[in-house]
Amino acid sequence: MYRYDEFDAKFVAERVAQFRGQVARRLSGELTEDEFKPLRLMNGLYLQLHAYMLRIAVPYGTLNARQMRMLAHIARKYDKGYGHFTTRQNIQFNWPKLVDVPDILADLATVEMHAIQTSGNCIRNVTADHFAGAAADEIEDPRPLAEIVRQWSSLHPEFVFLPRKFKIAVSGSPHDRAALKFHDMAVEIVKNAAGETGYRVLVGGGMGRTPYVGFVIGEFVAKEDILAFLESVMRVYNQSGRRDNKYKARVKILANALGPEEMHRQVMREFEEISRAGTLQVPREELDRIDAYFAPPKFETLPDTIPAGDADFADWTKTNTHPHRAPGYAIATVSLKPIGGVPGDATDAQLDALADLMDAYGIEEIRVSHEQNLVLPHVRKKDLPAIHARLKELDLATPNAGLITDIIACPGLDYCDLANARSIPIAQDLSRRFAGLARQQDIGELKIKISGCINACGHHHAGHIGILGVDKKGVEFYQLQLGGSGAEDAAIGDIMGPGFGEHEIADAVERVVDLYLKERQGDERFLDTYRRIGMEPFKTVAYGTGAHGVHTG
Amino acid sequence: MSKVQNPQMLTANRLVDGDVLYWKGGDWVLTLVEGDVFADPKDADAALAAAQKYVTGNVVVAPYLFEVKRNGGGVTPVKEREVIRAAGPTVRHDLGKQATHV
Repeated sequence: MYRYDEFDAKFVAERVAQFRGQVARRLSGELTEDEFKPLRLMNGLYLQLHAYMLRIAVPYGTLNARQMRMLAHIARKYDKGYGHFTTRQNIQFNWPKLVDVPDILADLATVEMHAIQTSGNCIRNVTADHFAGAAADEIEDPRPLAEIVRQWSSLHPEFVFLPRKFKIAVSGSPHDRAALKFHDMAVEIVKNAAGETGYRVLVGGGMGRTPYVGFVIGEFVAKEDILAFLESVMRVYNQSGRRDNKYKARVKILANALGPEEMHRQVMREFEEISRAGTLQVPREELDRIDAYFAPPKFETLPDTIPAGDADFADWTKTNTHPHRAPGYAIATVSLKPIGGVPGDATDAQLDALADLMDAYGIEEIRVSHEQNLVLPHVRKKDLPAIHARLKELDLATPNAGLITDIIACPGLDYCDLANARSIPIAQDLSRRFAGLARQQDIGELKIKISGCINACGHHHAGHIGILGVDKKGVEFYQLQLGGSGAEDAAIGDIMGPGFGEHEIADAVERVVDLYLKERQGDERFLDTYRRIGMEPFKTVAYGTGAHGVHTG
Repeated sequence: MSKVQNPQMLTANRLVDGDVLYWKGGDWVLTLVEGDVFADPKDADAALAAAQKYVTGNVVVAPYLFEVKRNGGGVTPVKEREVIRAAGPTVRHDLGKQATHV
């Protein structure tokens, strides 16, 4: 994986020292809160419902064992014994003290981590397919490009004070595991008819109060031109993105107002100018240097079979392992969704134990997925029984990856200052409701995503079943959306109608799922059945006879 | 006419660690149950004005008033947000003020 060079190390160390000085000046009163707030946000530090919250970047979701141990150390020493993995491949700590944050950042810097650009109106942490470099269906590992984009966008003078935040994702597989079409800008590695690899660039996607599915702005951008192309999009945004209204300031608003043709025209105008200057061509030797950091481990010649095991092991391998590019290896998902648990939470003991497990089985990296799970990308199939046994001891082996209890949920009103309703208790209710594994397996792939407010951190627009929490006169209600997808068939879910009360929403979801089981044909997923029969049948059953639907729009 | 229908309380976050505080008799306390309840909006506004010295003194950030309802001998915040803020996450009773203050 990528290692800091001397410039990276110096850059991060200087930022830690700079923030230490800013915190000291805030505490002494030299800086007011209004002056300090943008400075703390530039270092990922929020003030939330109960305390400060520190959001730490995990670029393209990749961590090594040393970094995992450091996260465990921070959870134990500076927080309350746990961390929360988010839908943007970050980790958040919910209870740090302001006075401790400089020390936390200094500790993070020792393992090449930081919290820079995890908030604020800048290019945020670059995300990627969590199976990068391992997936059997991958054209090319997207992380070298993600690293180049990270370096280009870190404190780039043109993009530090954008109209709003800007999120970039990259993927190298035809199966989209990075929700590309819901990002401000996304890069998909593709092959052309001649068999060459290049980049398809999408722009204008996003969720929040005005959701859009992104569209293609560059069909096949040559590798050496990618930064010039991305910078062209950023320049169009910086010039024309609205700064008068924060709700209309995202690039999705600009891109969709201009339309694909005009957006493309303006981007190409900038691209030609930047290309003429010739200053943003990525040199081949630099591409090769960064590629080398992401070279796959030396794969052994191994039998390509999973050893026999008990029923629990069979269930786990069926759902939580995925095909690897190398024979004899598998990708294993570590579920952070135990039945009734808090999606995305991990304790310091679990983080430490995972680091130990990585060391014990020669696993150099672990990944954070946007679905709030962890992923062991290169596991020898022969090691799977032992790894499963250890994960089971740690309560990290719930066999539910991609199933109905593998729910995404934002922190909601239990932690977040912006939220209108709680998300986690709804996720827990649904998890318990569908706890039976045979039933989960029968239902098959079904992605439930829950947000506690319109900002959509829980990706409810992209849920096969999406749930949006709203406040109606001081009472929490939950609006259902059906038919969304964050994969290559990306779609924004359709709003069902009036919202459900806190104690009605799980019943409504269950009735929707039961109707799917009744109506499905062949191997149809929930999403396929919904797309075939539409909203009305689901709406009819969801409200049943006792629900108190409330218009929440 | 004021939109405030109920008694109010004053809250803020402590600068140094972010902890939630409540106004009581010209200073701050850690729990809602100890805090002052203002039946008269004028008294609430006066407390908010008095709290500014703690803002300029770098003791607290973001003080604001919120509504509460009389509930037996005590008070309960009108909004769920303030109920949760006063206690801690509803999904982790071992965290927040509920873990140390009943």
